[in-house]
Amino acid sequence: MRPENQRLADLLRDEHDALLRGWTAEYHHYAEGRGLTQNLLADQQAILRGLEAGVRADGDANNFGAAPWNALRDTLAQLSRNRAAQGETADVTSGFTLALKRPIFDALQRQTSGLQGQIDVIWATSAIVDRMAQWTVSAYQKTREEIIVRQQHELLELSTPVIKLWDGVLAVPVIGTLDSSRAQMVMETLLERLVETGSEVAIIDITGVPTVDTLVAQHLMKTVTAIRLMGAESIISGIRPQIAQTIVHLGIDLQGIITKSTLADALATAMRMTGHTVSRDAG
Amino acid sequence: MERIPILRMGKHLLVTIQIDMQDQTAMRLQEDLANMIEKTSAHGVLIDVSALEMVDSFIGRMLVSISDIGRILGATTVVVGIRPAVAITLVELGLSLGGVKTALNVERGMAVLDAAQGSQP
Amino acid sequence: MTTDLAPTGSAPVRDERDIVQARAVVRTLTAQLKFSLVEQTKMITAASELARNTVVYGGGGEMRWEIVSDGVRRGLRLHFDDKGPGIPDVEQALVDGWTTGNGLGMGLSGTRRLVNEFEIRTQVGEGTCVSITRWK
Repeated sequence: MRPENQRLADLLRDEHDALLRGWTAEYHHYAEGRGLTQNLLADQQAILRGLEAGVRADGDANNFGAAPWNALRDTLAQLSRNRAAQGETADVTSGFTLALKRPIFDALQRQTSGLQGQIDVIWATSAIVDRMAQWTVSAYQKTREEIIVRQQHELLELSTPVIKLWDGVLAVPVIGTLDSSRAQMVMETLLERLVETGSEVAIIDITGVPTVDTLVAQHLMKTVTAIRLMGAESIISGIRPQIAQTIVHLGIDLQGIITKSTLADALATAMRMTGHTVSRDAG
Repeated sequence: MERIPILRMGKHLLVTIQIDMQDQTAMRLQEDLANMIEKTSAHGVLIDVSALEMVDSFIGRMLVSISDIGRILGATTVVVGIRPAVAITLVELGLSLGGVKTALNVERGMAVLDAAQGSQP
Repeated sequence: MTTDLAPTGSAPVRDERDIVQARAVVRTLTAQLKFSLVEQTKMITAASELARNTVVYGGGGEMRWEIVSDGVRRGLRLHFDDKGPGIPDVEQALVDGWTTGNGLGMGLSGTRRLVNEFEIRTQVGEGTCVSITRWK
């Protein structure tokens, strides 16, 4: 084992309590009240255990992905996930990890040793704690991304409600750009409802879709095809004059899909298709 | 080798696919149906795929073939019960099963066949 | 199957029966990873397409699977390996298929749309390996 790792391992063991105290103090000083303190002690102890194990296995900071650091990486990733999920900021989370440096340096200073030996162990410590902090940050980022994706998904679900307009007629008002994820959402929710309600006609209203280009047309085509595979018919409504012009201009072939400019027209057509007659009482 | 049974209901043939088929089984079904349509002068073929969790390009092409062959032999084919997840996957794969009639369930499918029969001489 | 499959493994893909078996394995793995129904269906279908290619065009081979992780999310990666003739023009193979209307061809472009990551390594005269990944 490298001498600096040996020294660090022994220090982590011998100065365990002092390190915990110093670390907590340093962290609170940095976080200025923004830090999460629940389970702080348990987290710190787990990190110190992982760090000591890695150092005793002669781990190298330049090879943080290697086996000696497995337990430490897992502990840090878990910690980041929890803190990201609870809304702690990135700098405070990484600051928590970095706050370990100062107490270790303080403990080293209390020991007497040759200058070169001191420099080596300080260098090794700094390198490893920096890597720990980098790892913490990237795990944090990934968790935040995951949360954002999940929230986007939920938002998407809310913005594509499927409404039963009449017996056998469903409608989906699409609001906002029809990109591939919204198209997926429309397909999934609409098809499920088709099965549940046994409907025969689905009206896709695109009044709320700002632009229709070849990509949007493709998504609409896919949706209509999926509906047809389920044995139902589609009507696309809400096609404004400008959109109609764009469609013709771009040479988009709607392949016989029924289109209407208003939802009212679409509903009237759908009623006829499902064998209903609507009449108004005289007088 | 497994063989999918074909039931006769009046002038219609009814097929319910309930297993994860090998390619050969699908080809055999296609052959058996062609023979049965001819033998019984069937007017309609109803294929129930509601038990299938997956329809890939091979089965998709089989359904199109059966529909085309049936049409030549004078029968209308309707495929019923394609599940939402299957429909979404087929569309993503680029298979629209053009020319194949579809219906939500067996009841609707029979209505499609009866309507087709009614319009035949 | 009611028991969980190991995080890595392989299954032979030499004949038709193996294609059905490959589908069953992927069904178990995607259920294990708790993929949504649509995600499961897409992955099983993609596996079916590639397994068939391995049998029909590759002269038989194997499917290897591994449960992967990028630190936060988990996914399923499948490799379809054969020692067949290889694909001379990969670009062409990715364009042709059902999109050009003919019912034949390897349908790789369609399969690519079903997954998040798609990679082909092929060498004429040596073989082909198609790898696909779906993240949860």
